Amino acid sequence: MRPVREIARDVAAGRVSALDVVRSSLDAIEREDRGPDGLNAFLAFDRTRAEASAAEIDRGRGKEGGAKPLLGVPVAVKDNLCTLDLPTTCGSRMLEGFRSPYEATAIRKLREAGAIIVGKTNLDEFAMGSSTENSAFGPTRNPHDRGRVPGGSSGGSAAAVAAGMVPAALGSETGGSIRQPAAFCGVVGIKPTYGRVSRYGLVAFASSLDQIGTFGRTVEDAALLLEAISGHDPFDSTSADRPAPDLTSGIDAGVAALVVGVPKEYFPDELDPRIAALCRESIERLRAAGAEIREISLPHTRYAIPAYYLLAPAEASSNLARFDGVHYGLRAPDARSTGDVYDESRSIGFGPEVKRRIMLGTYALAAGHYDQYYGRAQRVRGLIARDFRRVFDDGVHVIFTPTTPSVACRFGEWVDDPYQMYLADIFTVTANLAAIPGISLPIGTVEGLPAGGQFLADRWDEATMVRAAAALERALKE
Amino acid sequence: MRYEPVIGLEIHVQLKTATKMFCGNSAEFGAEPNTHVCPVCLGLPGALPVVNRRAIELGVRAALGLHCTVHETSVFARKNYFYPDLPKGYQITQYDRPLATDGWLDVPVDGEADGEPARVRIRRIHLEEDAGKSLHDRFPGETAVDLNRAGVPLIEIVTEPDLATPAHARAFLTRLKQVLEYLEVSDCDMEKGSLRVDANVSVRPAGSDRLGTKTEVKNMNSFANVERALNFEIERQSKVLAAGGVIESQTLLWDAARGEARPMRSKEESHDYRYFPEPDLPPLVIGRAEIEAIGEALPELPDAKERRFREQYGLPAYDAGVLTATREVADYFEAVAAAAGDPKAASNWIMTEVLAWLNQQQCAITDFPVPPEHIAQLIGLVADGTVSSSLGRQVFARMVETGKPPATIVEEEGLAQVRDTGQLEVWVDEVIAAHPAEAERFRGGEQKLIGFFMGQVMRKSGGKADPRQATEILRRKLGG
Repeated sequence: MRPVREIARDVAAGRVSALDVVRSSLDAIEREDRGPDGLNAFLAFDRTRAEASAAEIDRGRGKEGGAKPLLGVPVAVKDNLCTLDLPTTCGSRMLEGFRSPYEATAIRKLREAGAIIVGKTNLDEFAMGSSTENSAFGPTRNPHDRGRVPGGSSGGSAAAVAAGMVPAALGSETGGSIRQPAAFCGVVGIKPTYGRVSRYGLVAFASSLDQIGTFGRTVEDAALLLEAISGHDPFDSTSADRPAPDLTSGIDAGVAALVVGVPKEYFPDELDPRIAALCRESIERLRAAGAEIREISLPHTRYAIPAYYLLAPAEASSNLARFDGVHYGLRAPDARSTGDVYDESRSIGFGPEVKRRIMLGTYALAAGHYDQYYGRAQRVRGLIARDFRRVFDDGVHVIFTPTTPSVACRFGEWVDDPYQMYLADIFTVTANLAAIPGISLPIGTVEGLPAGGQFLADRWDEATMVRAAAALERALKE
Repeated sequence: MRYEPVIGLEIHVQLKTATKMFCGNSAEFGAEPNTHVCPVCLGLPGALPVVNRRAIELGVRAALGLHCTVHETSVFARKNYFYPDLPKGYQITQYDRPLATDGWLDVPVDGEADGEPARVRIRRIHLEEDAGKSLHDRFPGETAVDLNRAGVPLIEIVTEPDLATPAHARAFLTRLKQVLEYLEVSDCDMEKGSLRVDANVSVRPAGSDRLGTKTEVKNMNSFANVERALNFEIERQSKVLAAGGVIESQTLLWDAARGEARPMRSKEESHDYRYFPEPDLPPLVIGRAEIEAIGEALPELPDAKERRFREQYGLPAYDAGVLTATREVADYFEAVAAAAGDPKAASNWIMTEVLAWLNQQQCAITDFPVPPEHIAQLIGLVADGTVSSSLGRQVFARMVETGKPPATIVEEEGLAQVRDTGQLEVWVDEVIAAHPAEAERFRGGEQKLIGFFMGQVMRKSGGKADPRQATEILRRKLGG
């Protein structure tokens, strides 16, 4: 797959037809994704519709003034984003075959930017998980080693980009669900500032943490996609009243004037030493490129996972209450009373990880528990945000850390040990709690498996974050 | 032992907005089931709420009209429970940081408008969305759900337990409804469900300052039934306590047909609503200036208007109360009084004729076909003797029927008083000639027969004889 900018430019100029671009994407999906050894990154795709959209672009080319930034670019979207022309299942039996009567704002913006939605990608059920093994429709395989997980929950989108089936994709994050699979699959993933992208049409997991983000093969590709979906949306009261940012015009500015903070708490004993070594190498490249490297401390980091695993399940327990078998989605066929409809539909419809989190969250919010759990976790959240605030106020422009403590694991390693799975989020979950943006990019491999490095930045400063990531991306190529 | 009740009320009031609390659908009542719905109020996956600013404004109006402190920052919360007519599995409401707190409403006690009113404290007012409706009678053996009402904006008004008797509770509700109607925040139509009352009641030994265990009574469809249900429940609790029993905290449903309240669910089964702040909505911030602007735009409220009517128009308290029952009646009265220049006559005509007619027709003053100027003109015609006051009522009836101004009716139907002495003398002569015996008795000193002769003259004239002149002529001719 060629870079997004080139595809859009060539389609606009008529050097290549959108139909050819989308066909090569669909061919790759049929080749790589299907069959017993296929990647299973896609839960649904529709060749006819995608080709029709491409043909329409080819017919309309040149008629409109102003080039669309994603003209003719095939994009895959995580299957927790509502689309009109493909089912939206959230990787759950509960919504198997569900068709949304409306489309997510981010999808609409993609289409307006000229993108072609080729398919819906696999995910951990309702985005709960870090391996895509919690999908009701089978796990996605890691393109680098088909016996390993792609990470999650946006594992399908990460694998689709890594395998070259699409140049870019949308995912969603609640605690690292873009950055972690991006690291595992060797692609770039961006989680923007909370409020940057409308959540309207993103099936909610934990509303105060959820944010739609992007995958690309390069920093620029992921950034171009993010530019297209950003901006205020009157249908989402938590979307910020700010214009979409320009992330790409200054992308080559380098790190010469930047202060890069390296938090000591992000290099704990649990971190694979080989990933630590790759991070140190990246840091040296950044230093060589002119950045000032500064050791910093984010002292409340170790409370992030416990706080996250109270807040996110608490909100999830409420957000998932609507899947009750009454109005839409799966209904237990033999249930008679209303109570039975709830009990049986939810028993059949939800997988074990979703049930675990609903129970956790219900417990945390129960009468008499609120202050002890939810209330305390909210205070921790405040402290974590304050850690970052202090560092950025002290003149640090971006923070660099490993994205994950380890590389992709084999299938089944986490299934019986959810705590290990939860630890996969230790470096990513802080950005969700603090509402700041983060980006993961490949920084090397460990025994052939990709490892990711992460930049974090202050709220609304995706531009500096993207610029730093692009600089490291260039430096690592040299 | 004698027991005394302690009563507090929770009143849900539907706000009069065009659209729902968190989406753009119509909030209109009575449409075909499930036609006023969208992804947001259906609770579809991925849909998000957006606050209706008009609902906020009406909520603030209500709160200020009830003398509450409106908070610049309040917080929406989720109340989680499963119910088929609650599509999200939670209701968006306000919990620990409501829109407004600490208000009051003065309520006339026992209907005595002259008495010292009792002050009922309002604990809080919060904003929330309504649920849909479960319909049990539409499909045999099955329950259907209509989500038109899901997401319609409500305020919940919670009083302190300041109500001492069921009658007082009823008087409070009557006053509250009147104030809310004055504020134009709600239709307050209990039949349509736009005003719903839940009552919390406990009893304690008379004179005790400790509260007993309370029960909640729901499902009263009128203020009269609130009073009945409370009387029932107070008597029940008193009997239980008198027999040495304990009151169980529970929710009861009032059955108006049987005149009894039956338990709905016991506390053990009651929900843990797991409230937490609604993460899809930022805290609701209303600027001090905006609150003040809403406060300045409040209309004159019933108690102030009543006072003014007594002072400005010299009306008795009872009349002032009747004429301020609704803002529309009060406006009508003032329009008539101003045009006629005679508030007493305006009050009399409205209280005896206009309100009687409305009551008979079961309609509101806004549907009354006669404009206030016409009533004022009629008052003028009676005052200057053009029509007698008894014929005036006849003119009024024709005005209501035809919508014509009174002068036209008087002219067209020849209803003006006859003051032509020639004509009057003819009628008097005929009457005297027809009743010689009575004339003899009158002359013999039976003065009260003048009434008989007047009656005869009025009958002969079809009620049009000017009574003053006719009496004069009668006395002259009979007296000789």
